Amino acid sequence: MHWGVIQISVTNLVIIGVMLVLFVLALVLPFPGAHGDDTPKSPR
Amino acid sequence: MSARADLLLGEPADRSNWTVRLRTRLQHTVPPGQALPDRQPVYVSSWIYVFGVLTLAAFVVILVTGGVLAIGGAAWWHTSGFGHFVNSLHLWSVELFFAFMVIHLWGKYWMAAWRGKRALTWMTGVVAFLGSIGTAFTGYLSQSNFDSQWIAGQAKDGLNAVGIGAYFNVLNPGQMLLWHVVLLPFVIGVLIVLHVILVRRHGVVPPIDAAEE
Amino acid sequence: MATTTPETPNSSTAPTRPAAPPPRRRRDRTPDSHDFPTRRYDLVKEFVVALVVVALVTVGLAAIFSSPDEKAITMRDWATAAPADVVATATGELAGTTTSATYGPPYNSNAEGQKLGPLPLQKWGGVRIPVDSAQDLVVTPLTGWARDPALRLALAAWRGASPAQRTAWATAYGDALAKAPDGNPARVAAGDYGPVPAMAAGFLSLAASGGLEGALTSSGNFYGGDQTRSLLLLSDGAYLEDQARARQLGGDQWGMMNETGNYPGQPWMWLYTFWYQVPPFSTSANADALVWGLMMLLSAVLLLVPFIPGLRSLPRWIPLHRLVWRDYYRRYGSSRTR
Repeated sequence: MHWGVIQISVTNLVIIGVMLVLFVLALVLPFPGAHGDDTPKSPR
Repeated sequence: MSARADLLLGEPADRSNWTVRLRTRLQHTVPPGQALPDRQPVYVSSWIYVFGVLTLAAFVVILVTGGVLAIGGAAWWHTSGFGHFVNSLHLWSVELFFAFMVIHLWGKYWMAAWRGKRALTWMTGVVAFLGSIGTAFTGYLSQSNFDSQWIAGQAKDGLNAVGIGAYFNVLNPGQMLLWHVVLLPFVIGVLIVLHVILVRRHGVVPPIDAAEE
Repeated sequence: MATTTPETPNSSTAPTRPAAPPPRRRRDRTPDSHDFPTRRYDLVKEFVVALVVVALVTVGLAAIFSSPDEKAITMRDWATAAPADVVATATGELAGTTTSATYGPPYNSNAEGQKLGPLPLQKWGGVRIPVDSAQDLVVTPLTGWARDPALRLALAAWRGASPAQRTAWATAYGDALAKAPDGNPARVAAGDYGPVPAMAAGFLSLAASGGLEGALTSSGNFYGGDQTRSLLLLSDGAYLEDQARARQLGGDQWGMMNETGNYPGQPWMWLYTFWYQVPPFSTSANADALVWGLMMLLSAVLLLVPFIPGLRSLPRWIPLHRLVWRDYYRRYGSSRTR
């Protein structure tokens, strides 16, 4: 695939695209966390 | 004081004893109970946090699949169907390794994870990243196929141009294979161990502008 | 940073708070991670789950997509597919005009090599992998293999000739080949080429026989294992590069990122190969040294991000982190909202 001086294989483009999607999903998807067992401080 | 009383108090019996000094140093590397903790700060609550352990898991798969390839030898995968499958496992675990590592890097950058004396954690990670690129490179050179021929012919120009090629001969598969299988994985392994120890030592970095207790 | 302060029994002015810490720059005020509320967590289970997931995904990808394995080009392949190229390359080695013959360090001193600005890095590497292109790549393997009396005579004529005479013969023959239709040796114009045509033809036969790699690699040692000479010879020809370019692996095709077939390549090489595509690198004779130098610099920048003003503050200004820690900020607030 060509775009100006940029030339990239479809496979590489898919890989990079999937990585970006994973990154965004990692940021926005809610993370399941049990809040009930929070303690104020960890033992040092 | 008796040596036994010294030990009970946690005082080193003999500061000139190298064993004692090493043991003391190792014990203080990570806060007590933090090497394998069963609790984590509540702010560790995002999927971005899984990419470090995913990278580590991919590294293990790379080592195992590479080990199986080593059992058969450098040319085994050309003539064995199973060998070719193991080669495919090795290739894809490498692709996953890099994908997870880079996403991990992106996350850590935007979290400014070097804060709180964690610069060395960041730096060991970067060196491991760059070293992994070099390791993958020697892997491509070790395929003993057309790809290896072409990559060797091209890469030699870059390395020769800066004088490195005189010592690191990419046209020499014997040398490249040993770097790929012995030297570089060892270095990457050491870097990863240091990196993980540093994470356990300092703990996961708190949020930017976290309210102080 | 709550700590307990030991009571001092007799003092009515006992401090009720710890002494103020020495003044620190704003940048240093990252709280200790151990001073936060915690929740239960299973580190080992997380690792095992990650391992199983990655192993399964790897197996899936390998089963579906497999991996490429295009056979290496043998000298026999080259001789069969592009015999004129083999003849022209052998001639070029004898004339001292090929890439390897004019390379410079680490193979020979026939060029100064590349520089990074004023630094002659290539030269500093030294000639540590000495290869005399004409002798090592052509004459020696050919001499060891030749049985045909006519070829042995040709080799003797070469051995007995002066360097200037050798160069004249080989250069003339090389020029004539370039002018012949399709570079076909059989259709070369008559001229004074000495033993070179016979040597080049003999070399083609050696390549076609399948014995050339062995002659180049072993160099007297049964075990070989070092393909330097074979690869230099192959790279001096046009055939290898033609095959690579057909697969989008050429340098100006972003080839460093690519793989044969539709397979994933090395996407992480994107920035390294990018520079080769643009001026001034794309037109510079020192491109390799310049790109390497630039990438070393950028790598150093990446390494030292924690210390670089501006770059280390960017995460604060572009607050993706507010997504990462939104649960925490919602529940516990941040020092910015107090």
